[in-house]
Amino acid sequence: MRRNLFVVVLLALGAGACRQDMHDTPRYEAYESSAFFADGKAARPTPTGTVARGWLREDETLYTGRANGELVAEFPFPVSQADLQRGRDRYDIYCTPCHGALGDGQGMVVQRGLRRAASYHQDRLRDEKVGYFYDVVTNGFGAMQGYAEQIPVRDRWLIVAYVRALQLSQHATMAEVPADRQGALDNPPPKKAETPAAH
Amino acid sequence: MQVFPKSANYWSRGSIIAGLFVLASLGWVILTIQRSDFVTQANQFIEQPVQFSHQHHVGGIGIDCRYCHTAVEVSTSAGIPPTKTCINCHSQIWSTSPYLEPVRASFRDDTPLQWIRVHDLPDFVYFNHSIHVKQGVGCETCHGRVDRMPLMLQKSSLQMEWCLDCHRNPSQYVRPRDQITTMGYQVPDGTTQAELGAQLVKAYNIAGVEHMTSCSVCHR
Repeated sequence: MRRNLFVVVLLALGAGACRQDMHDTPRYEAYESSAFFADGKAARPTPTGTVARGWLREDETLYTGRANGELVAEFPFPVSQADLQRGRDRYDIYCTPCHGALGDGQGMVVQRGLRRAASYHQDRLRDEKVGYFYDVVTNGFGAMQGYAEQIPVRDRWLIVAYVRALQLSQHATMAEVPADRQGALDNPPPKKAETPAAH
Repeated sequence: MQVFPKSANYWSRGSIIAGLFVLASLGWVILTIQRSDFVTQANQFIEQPVQFSHQHHVGGIGIDCRYCHTAVEVSTSAGIPPTKTCINCHSQIWSTSPYLEPVRASFRDDTPLQWIRVHDLPDFVYFNHSIHVKQGVGCETCHGRVDRMPLMLQKSSLQMEWCLDCHRNPSQYVRPRDQITTMGYQVPDGTTQAELGAQLVKAYNIAGVEHMTSCSVCHR
C-alpha cells in the first residue's frame, strides 16, 4: 500500500511538466506564423474591396474630409468638451513626437533629425479648413506619413479639433479669455515631474 | 538475541524527523525551481531580428506606448506595429543605418519582421489588454520599466499566483487612467497607494474579490 502511494507521488512529480499541449493549443494567436499559408502569416489579408456589413464608407465628409471633392470647413459631427479632451489625449500620443505639445513643430523626433514639422501657428494653417487637417492626418503631407492605420476616423477628427484649440491658444488676447478663467492663467498648473532623460 | 544496539532507538526516531525534513526540503526546492526565472523565463533578454530599444524610444524620445501599440485600449492584444510605423520616422532618421536594413527590407518587400515573442501566456488563460488598461492597470505594473530596457524582457513571472496577487486586491496597483502609460509613476503627494487605489477601485467599478478570483474569469 505504502509502496503504491510512493509510486503515485513519484509519477505525479515526474509527469507534471512533461507535456505542453494545453499551453500551446493548435489555434492561432495574434501575429502567429502559419506553416499552412504561402506567405507564412496566420492573419489573412482581406481581398481588395472587401466591406464588412454596415461599414461601407458612404459618408464622404466623415471619411475623406471633403464634400463633392472640396475640403470642408465644418466638422462632420458636433464636438463636445469631452471630445476635445480625447482629441488632446490622442494628439499627445500621435502628434507630439514631431509637432510638439505646443504644436510649434519642435517635437523630440524633430530635435533628433527629422525634417522640421509644420508649426500650426502660421497664417497659412490658421486659415486652412478643418477638412485639410483631416486629410493630412489621413494621407500625410511632405515628409509626414499618413496615420490612417494608427488612428481611427473619429479620433482623427478630434485631433483636428484639438489642433484648432492649440491654434486659438497661441493666437488669442487676454480679452478673449472668459472673465472667470483669467485668474487661472496667472497660476499655471504645475508641470509634470517626469521629463524624459537623454539617451 | 539482541540484533540492534540500544542507540538504534534514537536512530529510528531521528530518521523519522530527518525523513520529514528531507521531504519538506524537497518540496521547497521544487517550488523554488517552479518560481525561478529559469522556469518562468522572466528577466532574460531575448535577441530579436532588429535590436529595437524601448529604452531609446520610450525613455529617450518619450514616445507614448500607444503610438505603436495602437490596439491596447480596444483589443485583447496590445498590437505589434506594422513596419510602416517604423518608417514614419525612419524614412528620414537613420535611414541608411545597416542596423535598420531588415526594417527597410520588410517595408520594401511587404514581408513582416519576425519578432521573437517575449510574453506568452498559456493558451488556457484568457487575457485581454483593453480591460486592464481601462481599469487603471498601468503598462509598467506588469511590464516593468520598459523605458529602461535596451532589449525587451519579461519582467513578471506571469504565473497564476502573480495574477491573483492583483486580482485579490487591485487597490495595491491601480492608478488613474490618464497615467496608464507613465513610466516611473508616483502616487501624487498627499495620498497613498492604499488610499488612492481604494478610491479608484470604487470609481472604476472594479469587481469584488469573489468575481475577480472566480476560475472562469481567466479560464473560459
